[in-house]
Amino acid sequence: MTIKLNVNGKDIEVDAAEGTPLLWVLRDHLGLTGTKFGCGVAQCGACTVHLDGEPTRSCVLPHNAVAGRRITTIEGLEGKAADAVREAWQEVDVPQCGYCQSGQIMSAAALLERNASPSDEDIDAGMSGNLCRCATYMRIRRAIKKSASTLKTDDAS
Amino acid sequence: MFHDLDQTGAMGGATNLVPLKLSRRQLMGSAAAGALLIGVPLASRTSTASDAAGLDTAIGGDATPSLFLALQPAGTLDFTCHRSEMGQQSWTAMAQLVVDELEGDFARLNIIQAVGHPRYGDQNTDGSRSVRYNFTRLRTAGAAMRLMLERAAAEYFGVEGDCRAQLHEVVHTPSGRRAGFGELAERAAKQPLPLLEEVTLKTPEQWRYIGKQQPSVTVPKIVRGRGTFGIDVTLPDMLYAVVARPPQVLGSTKKLDDRAALKIGGVVGTVRLPQPKTPLAYQPLGGVAVVARDTWSAIQGRKALDVEWDSGPNAKYDSASFETSLMETARQEGEVRRERGDALGALKAAGKTINADYYVPHLAQAPMEPPMATARWDGNKVECWASTQAPQAARRTVAAVCDVPEDDVTIHVTWLGGGFGRKSKADFVAEAALIAREVGKPVKVTWTREDDLQHGYLHSVSAQHLEGALDEDGVCTALLHRTVFPPIPSTFSDGADNPSAGELGLGASDNPFAVPNMRLESGRAKAHVRIGWLRSVANIYHAFAVQSFASELAHAAGKDPRDYLMSLIGSDRFVDPVSEGAEYSNYGSPLSEYPIDTARLKHVLAKATDMAQWGRSLPDGHGLGVAVHRSFLSYVATVVEVAVTKDGNLSIPGVWSAIDAGTVVNTGHTLSQLEGGTLYGLSNALYGQISAKDGVIEQSNFPGWRIMRMNEAPRAMEAHIVPSSAPPGGVGEPPTPPAAPALANALFAATGHRYRRLPILGPNASTLSRPA
Repeated sequence: MTIKLNVNGKDIEVDAAEGTPLLWVLRDHLGLTGTKFGCGVAQCGACTVHLDGEPTRSCVLPHNAVAGRRITTIEGLEGKAADAVREAWQEVDVPQCGYCQSGQIMSAAALLERNASPSDEDIDAGMSGNLCRCATYMRIRRAIKKSASTLKTDDAS
Repeated sequence: MFHDLDQTGAMGGATNLVPLKLSRRQLMGSAAAGALLIGVPLASRTSTASDAAGLDTAIGGDATPSLFLALQPAGTLDFTCHRSEMGQQSWTAMAQLVVDELEGDFARLNIIQAVGHPRYGDQNTDGSRSVRYNFTRLRTAGAAMRLMLERAAAEYFGVEGDCRAQLHEVVHTPSGRRAGFGELAERAAKQPLPLLEEVTLKTPEQWRYIGKQQPSVTVPKIVRGRGTFGIDVTLPDMLYAVVARPPQVLGSTKKLDDRAALKIGGVVGTVRLPQPKTPLAYQPLGGVAVVARDTWSAIQGRKALDVEWDSGPNAKYDSASFETSLMETARQEGEVRRERGDALGALKAAGKTINADYYVPHLAQAPMEPPMATARWDGNKVECWASTQAPQAARRTVAAVCDVPEDDVTIHVTWLGGGFGRKSKADFVAEAALIAREVGKPVKVTWTREDDLQHGYLHSVSAQHLEGALDEDGVCTALLHRTVFPPIPSTFSDGADNPSAGELGLGASDNPFAVPNMRLESGRAKAHVRIGWLRSVANIYHAFAVQSFASELAHAAGKDPRDYLMSLIGSDRFVDPVSEGAEYSNYGSPLSEYPIDTARLKHVLAKATDMAQWGRSLPDGHGLGVAVHRSFLSYVATVVEVAVTKDGNLSIPGVWSAIDAGTVVNTGHTLSQLEGGTLYGLSNALYGQISAKDGVIEQSNFPGWRIMRMNEAPRAMEAHIVPSSAPPGGVGEPPTPPAAPALANALFAATGHRYRRLPILGPNASTLSRPA
């Protein structure tokens, strides 16, 4: 079946079986491989994308259910929070293998979009859906705080 | 280049394509066309019969620059990294070694991943040894190329000597004339290869990149979702497959009806995989592949398969009853593997003895990216792209399983979304090759999380029994350590059931304690699943038992656990297990170069406990625990603070860890490994468990199988590197072993309950079973 999706600001037609999760449409049909597969049951967060700005697990989301919605992947993630997160991620040298980090960054950017100075508890709540087997959690927490202070400085200036 | 495939904006069309010429170029040992190789053809570069040694005899292997380096005329430096990148930052660390000696500029660097080929020497990215094996070798290659550039510059300037390479250019010191590396590339390529004795390595004071906090070369791509992992490989006309494997190891396909599967839209066909023979080694497990136009259709097709399995010889494997039998073996006398004095006699004669049994279950490596491989045949030749830690083993496996010469197999190594030992085993690469040959098109085989957990090479289950004798002053006078586990050799040799010297050398036969009477025994156990290695391997259970028991001895003696551990380690000395009857290989390096140095062990212990302010007063329900362990030739001490509420809720307010890894190449990434490796150990200890019933693995996915999440991670962790000029030890694995015993010791301090059986919480529990 052909469905029209809006991905990273572009309208695109996709021909995939009804019920195919958005994850596999992005990866196998659209070549957007930055969004990763980790569990297929919305438990690890590697497949996190933004749906109308909200972090969403794409591995259990039928693509035909999101026709017309605004889908953003790591490749198309933009904005002040995204810039701050990417910069902090590099300065803190967060990733090890990097496989889960697309999802971590999508969740972190969304967290900072709605809460510019998250507490430790806010970070726990916003990030606990994203697993990292390299266990880069100490640095993720540090980088989110660094991003928040960058955003604050930018706002003040 | 492969890792540079740009996947952004790639919608709708054929994207993320691997350049067709890649393999041929890489097989030629070169980089992109037009690059100028520094070096001479393979045939003439080896040592001759003359007295002078060639670069091929460098410590660690062939250091001929052209094997690793090519300068583009524009000045870009192509560096071919022969070790796999799986998050331990081998790309960055290997590049630091070579670029530093070359006096190159990191900003001009382009990293290419090597294919699997014996010309690179050891490529098995395993055992925390990429730096150890290549520390001298890659620096030699860089320094040799620097010398060739300096000689080329002298020729270019028409001067004799006094030309010095400096950050990607060569300067004639007296005149100040300078020429860029790119400018000199062609002339440099024509210089004769230096002999080994002509190559001078920098002194540590001269290092520009080594020993510094050089940022990762992979991260700028990672934050944009670029970089190609095994799962990201896409070839023209590629199909997607998943495999239904027999639920039990050595089970087989009895009856198959694939009609319903073939009716699923997108499913193209099914492929029966050959039944493996014992010993299994890296053979695929057999079963049925479903091939489709996308991954999702393949997964749906697999669900629709109607397969009847023959359960095979391991159908009675039940890990609960196996635990009982392992423990029974551990309580009986075993085979002596190291002995000092008369431990049994001293235990009998002692006034006070204590004993304890420890159990660690099977664990799964579970990298976030499950095993992934893609294969494409061209006639009788096959190319594979895989997230493999061991491309040469993959090459041999594919050749053997497909019955083609090794020379007809090319293994391209992608980035690995974690490895932890799982991706050293090439079964998943061979599956892709077998399926692609049957289908006649390129095929990517995806392992789902269920596949990864249910069909892995498991960390061995183990039982250990320890006995200690104390004199009136609480001094430990005798120690018996008995360890029982199905050994890794069972995967490679039928019926192997005796713990190998190699596994005992991981934390058992290398016990550094100064107890006058010590005895190590092993007991036999048969494997009923594929046993493999997982980050730090047998060190996990050996350190858990030995370091927990040290704390138990301290408690029995009425002493502080840290002070008692110091006294158990004893005086400054080098421990020699071989002189006490142990067959001990010291991670493949001589004890003369890498001794078991008790002073270094005590130093990290002192450092970590100082960092944690050991002995400070703690709030109610809090406890500190410590453990120290040498593995992979490095020393790590870890202190864990736990907080346990009256309801049994557990949190970890802090962790302090110190590593002495000898000479460290990248300080930032060593700290990253110390943090991540410690949390990996804590996660396994708290939640990790793979169990089997009727030979079938009971766990299949999250949340029934569990790893540490952000809200469960320590709230703070302080990591420290002990400065050292000793030869480099390992970094990726040594942080893991002390984590579990430090946690168990902290829980004892907090609650008075001794956790001797892992996991402490398991997949479902949110509170401790024996709270304060």
